[in-house]
Amino acid sequence: MKLTVNGTEHEVDVEGDMPLLWVLRDELGITGPKYGCGIAQCGACTVHMDGVAVRSCQVAAADVDGDITTIEGLGTPAALHVVQKAWAEHQVAQCGYCQSGQIMQAASFLDLNPDPSDDQIDAAMSANLCRCGTYPRIRAAVQTAASRLQEG
Amino acid sequence: MGRIKTIARRSFLVGSAAILGGVAFGTYMYKREVENPLEAGLADGEVTFNPFVKIDAGGVTLITPRADVGQGAYSVQAHLIAEELDVDLDRVRIDPGPPAPAYYNGVVAAEGMPIAATSDSFMARAGRGASDVVGKLMGLQLTGGSSTVPDMYDRLRMAGAMARETLIAAAASQTGLSADQLRTEKGAVVLPDGTRMDYVDLAATAAETPVVEDVTLRDPATWQSLGKPHRRTDILAKSTGTQEYGIDLMMDGMVHATTRTNPAIGGGILGFDATEAKAMRGVKAVVAITGGIAVVADNTWRAFQAAQAVECDWGPSPYIGDTADQFDAVAASFVAERQDSQFKDEGDVTAALEGASEVMEAEYRIPYLAHAPLEPMSVVVQLSAGRLDIWTGTQIPRFVQQGAAGVSGLDPEQVHVHVLMSGGSFGRRLEDDYVRQAVEIAMQMPDTPIKMVWSREEDMTHDFPRPLAMSRARGVVAQGAVQAFDLSIAAPSVTESSLARLGQPAMGPDVAIVGGAWDQPFAIPNYRVTGYRVPAMVPVSSWRSVGASGNGFLHESFLDELCHAAGVDPMTERLRLCADDLSRAVLEEVAKMSGWGSDLGPKRGRGLAFTLAFGVRTAQVVEVTDTDEGIRIDKVFVAAEVGRVLDPVNFEAQLSGGVIWGLGHAMNCETTYAEGVAEQDNFHAFEGMRLYQTPQIEARGLENGDKIRGIGEPGVPPAAPALGNAIFAATGQRIRELPFSKSVDFV
Repeated sequence: MKLTVNGTEHEVDVEGDMPLLWVLRDELGITGPKYGCGIAQCGACTVHMDGVAVRSCQVAAADVDGDITTIEGLGTPAALHVVQKAWAEHQVAQCGYCQSGQIMQAASFLDLNPDPSDDQIDAAMSANLCRCGTYPRIRAAVQTAASRLQEG
Repeated sequence: MGRIKTIARRSFLVGSAAILGGVAFGTYMYKREVENPLEAGLADGEVTFNPFVKIDAGGVTLITPRADVGQGAYSVQAHLIAEELDVDLDRVRIDPGPPAPAYYNGVVAAEGMPIAATSDSFMARAGRGASDVVGKLMGLQLTGGSSTVPDMYDRLRMAGAMARETLIAAAASQTGLSADQLRTEKGAVVLPDGTRMDYVDLAATAAETPVVEDVTLRDPATWQSLGKPHRRTDILAKSTGTQEYGIDLMMDGMVHATTRTNPAIGGGILGFDATEAKAMRGVKAVVAITGGIAVVADNTWRAFQAAQAVECDWGPSPYIGDTADQFDAVAASFVAERQDSQFKDEGDVTAALEGASEVMEAEYRIPYLAHAPLEPMSVVVQLSAGRLDIWTGTQIPRFVQQGAAGVSGLDPEQVHVHVLMSGGSFGRRLEDDYVRQAVEIAMQMPDTPIKMVWSREEDMTHDFPRPLAMSRARGVVAQGAVQAFDLSIAAPSVTESSLARLGQPAMGPDVAIVGGAWDQPFAIPNYRVTGYRVPAMVPVSSWRSVGASGNGFLHESFLDELCHAAGVDPMTERLRLCADDLSRAVLEEVAKMSGWGSDLGPKRGRGLAFTLAFGVRTAQVVEVTDTDEGIRIDKVFVAAEVGRVLDPVNFEAQLSGGVIWGLGHAMNCETTYAEGVAEQDNFHAFEGMRLYQTPQIEARGLENGDKIRGIGEPGVPPAAPALGNAIFAATGQRIRELPFSKSVDFV
């Protein structure tokens, strides 16, 4: 089947029920999306499908019906996305393993709601687990990214 | 030496035969220079000054041997070297280095000794000194016990300074100028006329220059980066998905494996039928490993699916299998023959209890807890003729090397361990079980790079959890004061369990059973802490803050009960009882931060807890509201005394992260067993804190002490009791069993 990831079209030969996460990681070698739970409890695998955050461990390959963006496609160390820039400035990451998913979740959320309230930020980000306890800085980084987006 | 030996014999890592032998054989071995592992493989014109700095064709490399499991260890180690060496961290390589005795940990063994951080007696100093002897003799390369900063603070700055002065000497000999005319800046020696001689260009001369060992460390007042906010060296990679963890490594020809071992811990496998699994797409092999099976496939998901399709005939767990029975075994251990330690026995507790008109008594329980780092156990291995390569995140590279050598039959020198960034650990990567499994697979599939990844379910059900424990506490209050506190704690021994897996004997009492409880700085007139060792059950291990992780709750909750019974404010009473200036300053600081004593209004409450652990005095105040939807944690104020804060940004992250770790697990996490099987196998049943539940946290570091300390763990122990004490203050409900969710709802 065909799959467009970060603007590049790929042809993959996988079972229809293989989760997108494992297509990305093991078939395409795109390792930004992480495996943490496999049951949509941690959000470490979050990617965008047509710009909207999805848990790639829960999207079967056969059900992919849009362009996929992973953290690698959001921005790079040399050209950071506004959310990544806020993440780096606030030094959010500790172990960093959940942060690809956190950033993808935040980027999608802010795209839909660039002027969120604190409660809306809490609600949008609470399905993403962080074992290290970086939540206070995630909140702060989302707020910073939001204000940058509003400034344009 | 005799006294050191006496202390040594009582303590954990020190208790091993090798160490007693080493200490007994005298100081020659200890004083001998350790071999610099960087010397191997140096080409002409390349130089290494010590085990922490080398310059080769690739430029300057700083070795940061303590594992980074999220606590920022690589970054702080690099900054320690760079502060003296004058290099720009964006322009050097940072490498954890190979397993080598030179990277021994000189302070962590002291955690196994019954030495109070508040003590500066001869015995205490001798014991701390013995820790360095032990670490060096064992080549104990281990990350843990919040030891990276205290262990590396001087060593890495010295390493940087030696390299710098040697480079200056090289530049002097090359230019004919005298060393005192030269200075260093951003990776170069600078001549009086401003000419820059790049370190890399000086390497060849430096290689011929005797290493300058007589160096003076810079005055902290002149530091360029230490003590000021740093940018973590990994922050860009970790904000862009480009940080490579063990699970991310890819190699040509690599296959993907997973394992499935008996979910009933230690039960073993009697037989299996892999007919169906072998026929599944992508499956290359199904092989037997110790305690279960491994599937090798061309994709991790296919390996996961096939592993579930193998029909396994499991044996029964040899351990007490049900949590109710496990707690019964704990309860039955409060007997004289199970007494493990009584490091604290002040005043006359027995007389105080017998003479009191009323004795308060309470029993507390804390559960087993899984580590569950978000990156599940994973490793890449490749075995070829006479060589085994291992790539993984680990806190114990030399034990991994030795363990893998044992499994494969190779010599340790033939085993090459490449340490990678860990996606969390919290103590889990002090074990090498997953590496041994991968080596077993590799022995059945040589000459192939194999990436082994555990499913989350395999990870959570095959952890070595923090042990469960119980306390029985008695106390007496009179005249508005705490008069007697008798705390008995029964728990399985982490030290005995962990050292057995590392092939080391554990003699003497286990300090971890009473860690964070026996050595608290309170001058209660009659004060006793007794440890009881529960016979080994399911294997257990170190979990962020080890014994103190639960003992903080056991000690501080009951002390709060005593304060309330005495009718005295818990802060006032702790301050009155406090016999240590550094601890008092921490309590006073958190009182000020939190506005302790001010009115919070209805249905709200404040809880205080204090724990001295890993030499760090930490006080926390938690504020909660009893809402219609349950308890809401509003704010946390935390102050910790660490002697010197090297990076305020990461300090705050580690301290508040520790608070969230402590609160989250106290709220809703437990690992329970049924017939030897852990019942929580994924995050739906082991959730911890979520972002919407996260309180505002104000964290402050104090620098009054003369010893520098690590901050990865100390935030944890006071969190649970501060929360429990706050819930009591808000609701009047005293909760004596964790997790709190068994007794109250949380928002």
